[in-house]
This record gives sequence, structure tokens and C-alpha cells, in this order.
Amino acid sequence: MKSRSLAWAAAVTGMAALLAAPAAWSQEKEQFFPILPYRTGAYAPNGVPWANGYVDYLKLVNARGGINGVKIIFEECETGYATDRGVECYERLKGKHGGATLFQPLSTGITFALTGKAPGDKIPLVTVGYGLSESQDGGVFKWNFPIAGTYWVAADAIIQEIGIKEGGLAKLKGKKIALVYHDSPYGKEPIPLLQERSKMLGYELQLLPVTAPGVEQKSTWLQIRQSRPDYVLLWGWGVMNSTAIKEAQATGYPREKMYGGWWSGAEPDVKDLGAGAKGYNAVAMQHGAEPNSKLVKDVLALVHDKGQGTGPKDEVGSVLYMRGAMSAMIGVEGVRRAQERYGKGKVMTGEQTRWGLENLALDQKKLDALGFAGVMRPISTSCVDHMGANWVRVHTWDGSKWVFSSNWLQADEQIIKPMVKAAANRYADEKKLTRRTPEDCQT
Amino acid sequence: MFYRENGQFKVSYRSDQQVFPILQDRIAIALLLVIAFVVVPLGASEYLFRAILIPFLILALAALGLNILVGYCGQISLGTGAFMAVGAYAAYNFQVRIDGMPLILSLLLGGLCATAVGVLFGIPSLRIKGLYLAVATLAAQFFVDWAFLRIKWFTNDSPSGSVSVAGLQVFGHAIESPVQKYLFCLAFLVVFAVLAKNLVRGAIGREWMAIRDMDVAAAVIGIRPVYAKLTAFAVSSFIVGVAGGLWAFVFLGSWEPAAFSIDRSFQLLFMIIIGGLGSIMGSFFGAAFIVVLPIVLDNLPQWFDLPIDVAMASHLTFMIFGSLIVFFLIVEPHGLARLWSTAKEKLRLWPFPH
Repeated sequence: MKSRSLAWAAAVTGMAALLAAPAAWSQEKEQFFPILPYRTGAYAPNGVPWANGYVDYLKLVNARGGINGVKIIFEECETGYATDRGVECYERLKGKHGGATLFQPLSTGITFALTGKAPGDKIPLVTVGYGLSESQDGGVFKWNFPIAGTYWVAADAIIQEIGIKEGGLAKLKGKKIALVYHDSPYGKEPIPLLQERSKMLGYELQLLPVTAPGVEQKSTWLQIRQSRPDYVLLWGWGVMNSTAIKEAQATGYPREKMYGGWWSGAEPDVKDLGAGAKGYNAVAMQHGAEPNSKLVKDVLALVHDKGQGTGPKDEVGSVLYMRGAMSAMIGVEGVRRAQERYGKGKVMTGEQTRWGLENLALDQKKLDALGFAGVMRPISTSCVDHMGANWVRVHTWDGSKWVFSSNWLQADEQIIKPMVKAAANRYADEKKLTRRTPEDCQT
Repeated sequence: MFYRENGQFKVSYRSDQQVFPILQDRIAIALLLVIAFVVVPLGASEYLFRAILIPFLILALAALGLNILVGYCGQISLGTGAFMAVGAYAAYNFQVRIDGMPLILSLLLGGLCATAVGVLFGIPSLRIKGLYLAVATLAAQFFVDWAFLRIKWFTNDSPSGSVSVAGLQVFGHAIESPVQKYLFCLAFLVVFAVLAKNLVRGAIGREWMAIRDMDVAAAVIGIRPVYAKLTAFAVSSFIVGVAGGLWAFVFLGSWEPAAFSIDRSFQLLFMIIIGGLGSIMGSFFGAAFIVVLPIVLDNLPQWFDLPIDVAMASHLTFMIFGSLIVFFLIVEPHGLARLWSTAKEKLRLWPFPH
């Protein structure tokens, strides 16, 4: 009898606890930003500054009062640049703290895997400057946002800059351009555009893959020494970049003739080489190293001086740090734009944030107010264009810092748009998706 | 006390030779199957399915295949990732190039292609043994890595080199939700586990074990080494190829050759070494240890609300994982399966000491 009543009492308390729990679980106004960095592994030297910039920007937004009063909470989950770990982190974080707002995987491999999962979970994937080039087409890729640039934009800008150096695109006829690329989907991304341009302009394209992680490049650079291309394009990541420039120095290839993608043009790639990398050019996706920008001053004042800085102080303003901050800014502005439609000061769901990201209208005034004056140009996304801007600059390493060496370049949409459409249609056929209707764009 | 075996007499050879001769064992396995097929789909969270159970099932299948080759036949192989890749890409090509191809058929055909490649790279085993054979199978790993990166036909001329599948369905039932994927993989695993267990208990299994223990003596008593070794490679590669197809189709959805790199081969080899070489049950234990433990270690800081920096947590996971491997190999070099067998032997007598 005693044990029965005891058991009954336990059952009642248990029920009460279960029922009470949701009530006590009040809806605090918090927007959850998951972070998928890689602070370990072969790509960590480049992943750490990006992650620090990302987190610092979120802390800055909180210090300024959040997104119209909504505080940002964030949680990191280490991926080590491995696709399966990235997928596991995605599964772990997507439902936490009221649901993830968006994901930024910073890895083309993880992006490929999540592109299949995110639409089902209704969480947008923001891939600032990476991911599938065809995901620019919002008609097929409803949930992907390669804002501010894709690899085809970068490759096209490099060709244009080479054309300017040569005195006109027509002068490229007969020249030899080699692409040293990371043998992965990331490295292969610019190839279709370079081949298209090769057909148009008549230059010879030499493709030289480098096995990941890219520490073994002696044979590649021996081939370059033998074939003597006029220009070498570098599409590497992590340790592959610095190894390539070291090998170029060893084989005597002029660094002035080397152009890297925007993931091959940051401080970790050239710092150790110093003067040995002098003259190496890289594409800058709108921003470069911006130590004098207002954003850096704000971060140092409101975050680092309060002891909240995520990484070392001298990292603030470096190329990858700025990219992380810019990526975070775009995510935050997407939420802010969504709030304009769905309720200012409210927590936004993934679906609502997706609308916000699709209708971004960041004019120069807004960007300047955020601290990006002179760093970024306006971004304006739409239903069919998830990229929003295709402005690019080129910066050159002068031995101790990155210096802008070109005007603002704009990728040639006449070439890129048909390629994007064709590739997106091909993806839709493979995955048996249908293109979005105009009505769907209005939602 | 648990294993009260008095009264359990066998009256036919058939009942004496069954896989689980003790009644309590049969009950336990039946209970386990009920839990796996019924209770888990009803109760487990989506994260548990997607991140822990499905990879565990698929890698357990691959470990099963590898255990047949390394544990039962004694041929060390470092090319398992390659055979998984062959199974995955072959299944992909069958699925994509032939309209209306059933999913199970493409997975099995992928396994058959992996068999062909496995037998090809198993031919060196007829002349070389041990670590030298390991190096020869390593060549398989790198060759297959290269082939799927360079030969565009295999990836259906995909410009990025990454391939994906969508819309999996079996007899009209979609394999989309985590529960459906879990049950699909579980069905494959159960069928292959039963097949493998019966193979290793039969004549061919004994031939493999004879070759493993003393191949010269085995040849003397009439076991043909060519037949035994190549069938071991064939069966093992088939299972590993099907596992590769499942890994790519069901777990990843979209993959590149890096998903089947040398790290995968090492991971599977460690699974069977820790789980127990030459034991079907050992493949399961090893897969559970290697798949689940790192995730649990990764999640521990959050469960206990310890504010550890993410990079530090990742490094700690590696260190703890490594030391646990060393610990288990010192305590029981024959693997977790032997630990379990010893425990069970003691349980059969418990509470009596002998």
C-alpha cells in the first residue's frame, strides 16, 4: 500500500513537472546563430580569423542593443573542414535555442551536403563568397545565398584584370594561363568559366590539380617551369596557398604574374614568406585588409576593450577577419530585413530570415552606418538573384601588407548569367526540382 | 542465475548447431531486434538518427565486410575506403544512367562492381602476405581516389566532381525521413549479418580461418589458397561496396571522393581491431566505439555546462579517444568482443565461480 501511494505520488509529480516545463520555458527574445568553424586541422590558420571576425561582429551587434532589441545567442561546433562532421554539427545545432536562423558552413564540401538538407529543414544557407556558383540562381536554389560573389565572378574578374594589364582583352589571344587548383569541388569551381573565356578570348588554359591538402606541389611547379605560362591562377585553401607561393619562389616564377582567388589571398598565406611573396596578387571580394575602417574601430572599442574579444587584437582588420565580419553582417541584416516585414523586435524563424535575405537592400548609406564605408558596395538581392552584387577588386602583397592595386571590377554578367542558368537547370533536372514560379517569389 | 540452462537439451543436430543455442540468448536477440525495429523508431530524436544511428549502422556493415577479410581470412587490407567508393559510384552510375532502376538493385550491383575490383586487387595476396599486402591494398586506395577524381565518366561529367542522388524510394515507399533511412539501413545490416554469420560457420569460413592460422598447413590438407583468399576478398568487397553505396546514398546524399579517403580505411581497420578480429559481434562493438564515442565526447562539455573553447574540446576528444584505444588494447588485445565473451562465460555460471 505504501509503495503504491509512493509510486502514485511520483507519477503525479512527474506529470506536473512535464506540464510545468513548457510554461516555465518562456520565449526569451533571442535569435540563435550557429557557427560551424574549423579551428583545428589543416585549414585552421585560415578558419580561425574568419570565425573570430564572425563572432566579434555578433558580439558587436549585441553591444549595440541587438537586432532591434533582439539579443543574438551563438554556439560554435567544430567541423575540422570535414563534411561528415559538418553534417553532424548541422543536425546537432539546427533545433537548439528555438531553431537556427541560418547556417554559414565556410566549406564548399559541407555546403554541397547541406544544400540537400536545408530546404527540408527550412533554414537558409548563406555562403558569402563560396559554395556552388550556380546557387546564385534563386529560381532553383531557394535556400542558398552566395551573397557578394561566387567563384565564376572571381575568375572573370581575374581575367579582366589580366586583360587590363595586357592592354585589352584581345591581347590575351595566344597567351598561356595555368590554373593551380585544390583537387576538390572548391578548386574545380572556376574551371567552367575559365574554359568559356578561353573559347571566347583564345588563350590556352592549363589545368594543374593539386591533391588535398596541397603540401606536395613540387611536380606541379616543375610542370609550370617547363611550360612557362604567362599567368598562374591559384585556387587553393589553407596550407596549399603558402606552399604554392614558396614553390613559385623556388622555381623562380614571378609572383607578379600570379593571381589568387579570394580564398588564396589573405595574411596566413603570405605572412611567413614576407618579401618572398611580394608582388603576389589576389582577388578581394569587395573588402581587403581594412585596419582603418570604422568597423574595426567599433569592434576594438565596444568588444575588445571590454575584454570580450574572441581572438588576438592584431587580427582585427585582417582579410579573413573582415570576411567573417562581413558574413555575420549579411546574416544580421537579413534578419533585420525580415523583421521589417514580420514584426520589428520579434525573433525571426528560418523561413522569415530567408525572405529577408532574398530582399536585402543594403545601400551605401546603410553600409556606411554599419561601419563598412569604403569597404563594401551596395548589395541588393532578389528572387532570381541571390548574389546581390558582383563587384570585385584586386589587391597585391607588398611584402608586409595587402594594398589595393586595381579599380573596382565588375564580372561580365553577359557570360555568367547564361552559364548560371544552364548549370542551375541541370541541377534541377538531377534533383527533380522545379523552378520557382513568379507567385512563389512574392511570398 | 540469468543463464539457467538446465532443461535445455538438444534432440537434433539442427538444434544443436543453431547460432544461438541457449534459450536466454535467443530471447535477448529477439528483444534486441524488437528494440531496434520498433522501440527506437518510435522514441529516438531526429538528431540521434541522423548523426549517430544511421552512420553506426552503415559503418557496422562495412566493418562486418572488412572483418571477414582481415579477421577471418587474415589478409590485411588498407583499401576499404576504395571499395566503398567503388560501390558508391557504381551504384550512382546504375541509378542515374538507367531510368527506373530499383534502388536495392543498384546498391547490389554496386556491390558486385566492388567485388570485381576487390578480387582484382586481391590477386597480389596470392604471393604476398602481411604488411606487404597492406601496402598493395593501399595502392588500391590511392588508385581509386585518383580514378574518381580524374575520370569524368564516373561522376556523370559533373563539373564540380561532386555527385548527388535524390528521391530514393523502394517499392513506392520513399526513403526520405530519418526513420525510413534508419529502417532501410537496419534491414540491410540484419540480412548481411545473418548471411555473414552463416558463411563463417560453414565450410568456406573454416577455409578462411585455416588460411589465417597457418596457410601452409591449410594448403597441405587440401584447401586451395587461391580459392579461399579470392573468395574472402570477393565477399568482403561485396559487403563493403554495399555499405559504401548506403553511406553515399542514404547518409551523405551528396559526396565527393574525399568521403572515401584513406582516413575512412583506417577508421574501419581500427573498428575491427578494437571491436575484435574474427568476430561478427566485434564489428558492431567496434563500430559503436568509433562512431558514437567521439560524438559523445564532443557533446560532454555542453551536457555538463563546461565552458570549454571549441578547438580545445576537439583536441581533448582526440586525446581521450586515443588513450581509450590504448587502454582497451592493453586490457584486452583481442578486442571488445572478447571482453563480452568472457563476461558472458562468467554470466553463464554466475553466481557460482566455477
